[in-house]
Amino acid sequence: MSGNIELLSDTLAAAKTEGRSALIAYLPAGFPTVDGGIAAIKAVFDGGADVVEVGLPHSDPVLDGPVIQTADDIALRGGVRIADVMRTVREAYEATGKPVLVMTYWNPIDRYGVERFTAELAEAGGAGCILPDLPVQESALWREHAEKHDLATVFVVAPSSKDARLAQITAAGSGFVYAASLMGVTGTRESVGAQAQDLVHRTKATTELPVCVGLGVSNAGQAAEVAGFADGVIVGSAFVKRMLDAPDETAALEAVRALAADLAKGVRGTA
Amino acid sequence: MPSEFFIPDPEGQVPTAEGYFGVFGGKFIPEALVAAVDEVAVEYDKAKSDPEFARELDDLLVNYTGRPSALTEVPRFAEHAGGARIFLKREDLNHTGSHKINNVLGQALLTKRMGKTRVIAETGAGQHGVATATACALFGLECTIYMGEIDTQRQALNVARMRMLGAEVIAVKSGSRTLKDAINEAFRDWVANVEHTHYLFGTVAGPHPFPAMVRDFHRVIGVEARRQLLERAGRLPDAAIACVGGGSNAIGLFHAFIPDTDVRLIGCEPAGHGIETGEHAATLTAGEPGILHGSRSYVLQDEEGQITEPYSISAGLDYPGIGPEHSYLKDSGRGEYRAVTDDAAMQALRLLSRTEGIIPAIESAHALAGALEVGQELGKDGLIIVNLSGRGDKDMDTAARYFGLYDKGADAVVAADADSDTAEIEGDAK
Repeated sequence: MSGNIELLSDTLAAAKTEGRSALIAYLPAGFPTVDGGIAAIKAVFDGGADVVEVGLPHSDPVLDGPVIQTADDIALRGGVRIADVMRTVREAYEATGKPVLVMTYWNPIDRYGVERFTAELAEAGGAGCILPDLPVQESALWREHAEKHDLATVFVVAPSSKDARLAQITAAGSGFVYAASLMGVTGTRESVGAQAQDLVHRTKATTELPVCVGLGVSNAGQAAEVAGFADGVIVGSAFVKRMLDAPDETAALEAVRALAADLAKGVRGTA
Repeated sequence: MPSEFFIPDPEGQVPTAEGYFGVFGGKFIPEALVAAVDEVAVEYDKAKSDPEFARELDDLLVNYTGRPSALTEVPRFAEHAGGARIFLKREDLNHTGSHKINNVLGQALLTKRMGKTRVIAETGAGQHGVATATACALFGLECTIYMGEIDTQRQALNVARMRMLGAEVIAVKSGSRTLKDAINEAFRDWVANVEHTHYLFGTVAGPHPFPAMVRDFHRVIGVEARRQLLERAGRLPDAAIACVGGGSNAIGLFHAFIPDTDVRLIGCEPAGHGIETGEHAATLTAGEPGILHGSRSYVLQDEEGQITEPYSISAGLDYPGIGPEHSYLKDSGRGEYRAVTDDAAMQALRLLSRTEGIIPAIESAHALAGALEVGQELGKDGLIIVNLSGRGDKDMDTAARYFGLYDKGADAVVAADADSDTAEIEGDAK
């Protein structure tokens, strides 16, 4: 079975046709449990997310702030395995028919085996991978297997990326480009800086791929602001925080569904 | 005049331009750090060929650090090592009390050249943190040190030293609350503040150019030792021995001996409570290749790439990774790596103290324990050089508890029996 890169591209194109940005949500697998995590993903799709990124929890999440670190810890203490991540992707995709990606640090894939990981992800119905600590110059092996299995390779670009480097990254990527709105780790921020707009502008000068903005977005107002210049708005920590703050699982599901609905209005400029 | 103390590796040797030592090394970093890491590489390349940089660094190494460091023969200690001759390279006599200052002064000069005003660093035992805080005081740089919470407790003296020097010390409470987690937190800080902050990395791990650059700054250890030993013993050693956590003091000693193929290069890893217990930090003995903190090297990890929590009585060796050049030396067979338990290291610490009047750091005591073994293997004609990477003042609380040196009723709880092979420290990490 081949991966769902086309479904991802079609979904982002459809949002563009509607004259809006796509809403992309991030949730870690296995948090608070594997089944609870799957239910949460279904809830954010139900609330209005267009795409979901499933985080593969890692022992050493150096690019994540305290909120996602806490969720990763809970998932790992619960014993989450790569097989559980694959089941999460499969069940979320089969229940919704929407694009589901995996976001992971590189070492788990390196250790698990690139061919084994890409084959299993494609078979589960995954659309691709976001690899925030795999630099483009080390990515040839991954890309070869991802292409073979029709999986997107989403690279991250940062405000510090120089123009020549942006061109090199976007030429190697597929699906979309993840533009980090600011210099820092994941987590909610009061405001999403002006550097995000500049980065999107510079990135678009190098590629036809959609450019989606992540890091720091937590509410509909910020989503609307980012939607003014980006093809997609990526929200992670704000969802995880709602779940951490909820008194029980039912309340957690309702909280992420409500946040997704709110953000969905934001990306449509109707908040 | 060529530099006498800043002696980078001659051109044309490893690593490659991409930072590879064989299959190990590279640059596995988030995009947000690419520009900063590239800037370090470019500035270091410029500095390496700039006589003014070498002159400034040499001046500091001589007049501030106190180089060259002494070479001390330890015959009473060596009686316990099968009669082999043993010499210690006395990096413990450097200013701040360890080898770490060699690298720190080099990178501090580089920080000034890059126009950055703030320095961050990780530390395990506090040796690198103290050296960094020292250089920041000397150069007027803002300084933040990340240290695992467990390490701030077992190396409390060094926390006080860093604060006395004006540094901010942040106790890291995530993960295993040791060196690995301090590095994670320093990376998080760097990503957010990279514009004006240099990450003064303390070992020969991390993304290129750190493994090669930090090695170059420590290369002076082996260059001096080789010359001193030829003068004193009239020949090259049979073995050069050092402890390995991340591997900086070991590569510093080994590197000048790599072309001398008859000199065995022996790294001593922390076996903690014993490899078979799973409570150890012996990365090259028990790890598998993977990616940790920016480069490919041996890593203590499970079959799905999650990093496993290390353990060692020594905060400075309590790390699940290792510099990529050591992985390269291991796989090429040029380096040998063996594991030394907590207890063997502590016994060697006491033995050196009582036979020679030198109290070593617990880190360095792992190398001394290795020398006792290797000496027995070589016999009485053997000649060994050991890198005494640091002094033991910082470890006196741990050692006092281990050997029961506190008076009864004194503040500390004496939880260990000095003669017990299974002695453990109360409150230590498991």
